[in-house]
Amino acid sequence: MKKLAKMMAVAIASVVLSAGSLSAVEIKKIHFLIPGGAGGGWDGTARGTGEALTKAGLIDSATFENMSGGGGGKAIGYLIENSKSNHGTLMVNSTPIVIRSLTKVFPQNFRDLTLVAGTIGDYAAMVVSKNSPINSMADLVAAYDADPSKTAIGGGSVPGGMDHLVAAMAMEAAGKDALEVKYIPYDAGGKAMAALLSGEIAALSTGFSEAVSMEKAGKVRMIAVTSSERVDAAPNAPTLIEQGYNVTFVNWRGFFAAPDLPSNLRKAYIEVLGKMYKTPEWEKVRARNGWVNIYNPGDKFMVFLAEQEKVIGDLMRELGFL
Amino acid sequence: MLDGMLLGLETAFTFQNLFFAALGCFIGTIIGMLPGLGPMSVVAIMIPVSLQIGDPSTTLILLAGVYYGAIFGGSTSSILINAPGVAGTVSSSFDGYPMSQNGQAGKALTIAAISSFSGGTIGVVLLMFFAPALASFAILFWSAEYFALMLLGLSAVSAFAGKGKVLKAVMMTLLGLMLATVGESSLFHAPRFTLGIMDLQSGINFVTLAMGLFAVPEAFFLAIDKIRSKKSSSKKSQEISNLRINLKEAKAIAPVIGRQSIQGFLIGVMPGTGATIASFLGYAVERNLASPEEREEFGKGSIKGLAAPETANNAASTGSFVPLLTLGIPGSGTTAVLLGAFIALNLQPGPQLMQDRPEVFWSIIMSMYFGNIVLLVLNLPLVPYIARLLSIPRSFLIPFVLFFAMAGAYIGQNNATELLLLLGFGVLAIIFRFADYPLPPLLIGFVLGQMFEDNLGRAIRNANGIEFIWERPMTLTLILTAAVFILIPILRDWQENKSSK
Repeated sequence: MKKLAKMMAVAIASVVLSAGSLSAVEIKKIHFLIPGGAGGGWDGTARGTGEALTKAGLIDSATFENMSGGGGGKAIGYLIENSKSNHGTLMVNSTPIVIRSLTKVFPQNFRDLTLVAGTIGDYAAMVVSKNSPINSMADLVAAYDADPSKTAIGGGSVPGGMDHLVAAMAMEAAGKDALEVKYIPYDAGGKAMAALLSGEIAALSTGFSEAVSMEKAGKVRMIAVTSSERVDAAPNAPTLIEQGYNVTFVNWRGFFAAPDLPSNLRKAYIEVLGKMYKTPEWEKVRARNGWVNIYNPGDKFMVFLAEQEKVIGDLMRELGFL
Repeated sequence: MLDGMLLGLETAFTFQNLFFAALGCFIGTIIGMLPGLGPMSVVAIMIPVSLQIGDPSTTLILLAGVYYGAIFGGSTSSILINAPGVAGTVSSSFDGYPMSQNGQAGKALTIAAISSFSGGTIGVVLLMFFAPALASFAILFWSAEYFALMLLGLSAVSAFAGKGKVLKAVMMTLLGLMLATVGESSLFHAPRFTLGIMDLQSGINFVTLAMGLFAVPEAFFLAIDKIRSKKSSSKKSQEISNLRINLKEAKAIAPVIGRQSIQGFLIGVMPGTGATIASFLGYAVERNLASPEEREEFGKGSIKGLAAPETANNAASTGSFVPLLTLGIPGSGTTAVLLGAFIALNLQPGPQLMQDRPEVFWSIIMSMYFGNIVLLVLNLPLVPYIARLLSIPRSFLIPFVLFFAMAGAYIGQNNATELLLLLGFGVLAIIFRFADYPLPPLLIGFVLGQMFEDNLGRAIRNANGIEFIWERPMTLTLILTAAVFILIPILRDWQENKSSK
């Protein structure tokens, strides 16, 4: 892997050097490949980005394709197999691409693709029912100490996935054995929320932007956010850090392209995405979803992902997930 | 409350809103007829278009029209060519298709439209008066109870276990449950029984299986059966005029519609169950309640057997708005998609919305009420034209059915592998039909299989064992009810055998 990374780094460096000599191109339309179903986080990111780009007039049109399967592996395989015909395609992905290649859900990893840019981040949050006696992370830990078998934490990902990882990090920081904490997976946000309200689970580990909209509906309360400071979209939600648990986590989302994408095209995609941040159209989409701008274009994205892989891998080994 | 209703009515009865409601119903009916495009996908397709209108209530009225239109359109293909395009209309084909084979296609479509309308409308009335009271009912169930509810839904297969067929029906159900395990479980990322084929990793697609099991063999039998095909081309055209239902029939289905509206609605209120379970259960319950002579008719073109699932699935679709409006929980796929539309309109359904902006709450309710009425007014006159599809000659009908089946399998996934799977399932189904194995139990097993497995898995994980079966009274009650449902037909057969001896 390391060798491959080095080779990639060299390749990228040479691309950057030669980029000046290649003719500049302009991106007119983008086809977004979404590795999950309609309505999920990936779907929202791709469609939001497409909306901002077209409305701001940066590109003429955006098309979207949902290709779920294999935890995202199907879309990755498709992009690699049909590389030549997919120069107009950007695939959205996020932290799970790192987690799932570590847990061997699919054989590929991010190095098999052309990295375009990491564009946004979404914090994670812990949510409880409004009627729950649990008011803080400390209360949740106390409830767990009192009766571990009745204090299950739910989430939208499979055991070993991102939501489970966040819950485990928080419990580990409270001095508990993360693998002992009961984690119940739900395949859709609606079902997880119903389980929370019915008392089947004591708390729900979910994405921050999802938690914001759940809280807006009026039946649940956020007891912890994984940001380092409170977020404007939910000023009442305390961070884990201020509650004394040294945990931060951000789920980045970004765009990938076919493996043999020409360097001038890659540069053009990066430029278009970079320009997007200054538009009011993007600001509207971003604020609506409670995302954080985290722009990691091109090579910075590679450095960022390599670091993510190391940090998350270490963490998962420490928690006993790997 | 009266104020709210009047406000809602006032909004609905503008020229603009009437126009968009009618347009929505029309588009929904037409697109919804294509298998593979169920209410959920049709609504999803229409959301970006409808958002261009700008006015929130008009947008919602258009979407409600599309929604009800798509439900009606979906049952059309089940009834006419035995091609259920969505899981919720599978049980409509059990009796709807035999009816149209007997030359009663027009009547079947009329019954479907009336049942849909009644189920939807009664559902909306229940929603209007009892939504807040039902909020606590919606979160009564844990995974353990959902598992038991799926078991109860599976008991619907007993309806197909005719004399001497019990074992065959059980085997087909088990096969369906097994097919449902192909691909990744949503609880674990390990691929199962995929034979290393990436396309199978997300499981077998419902539409492909349904088309393969029902539509493909139908085309095959149309082609080899000379007598039947002659009948279909010559006699049908005159019989299609037989659209109206007479008083006796109306009397027979009225209690079915009444019961199934309420039962279907209550099942729909549970998040994560919805129209499919409601229609299977409705079919099973009505079959058990029917008199022995009527029971014989079930599966052979019973009007009760068609009215029951059609009423129940519409009532359940309406019921799934209860958790959305009172708790902010999208209880079904379609409400999840609609939630997206609400959010795009800057509305977050939930208890907060009911308090802060009652006018939006009422415009949602009124739009549903309105969508139902427009659907009936618009589609009843269309029935004879739609039914006439069947009077086209066999040489055109067969390619049409096959095209439908292939388009349905392909549209959902954009993947040519689906066509091979379709063919494989089709051949399998033809063999099963020659061997006289009932196919509906297979599809019921498949449709309920994943929810069955997921909920059982969660319940076991939560209880660290299977104690929940006897420790949770509600689970136990539901499981015992399922056992009764399964045993009744077997005991009845046994008794009949004894008395005839």
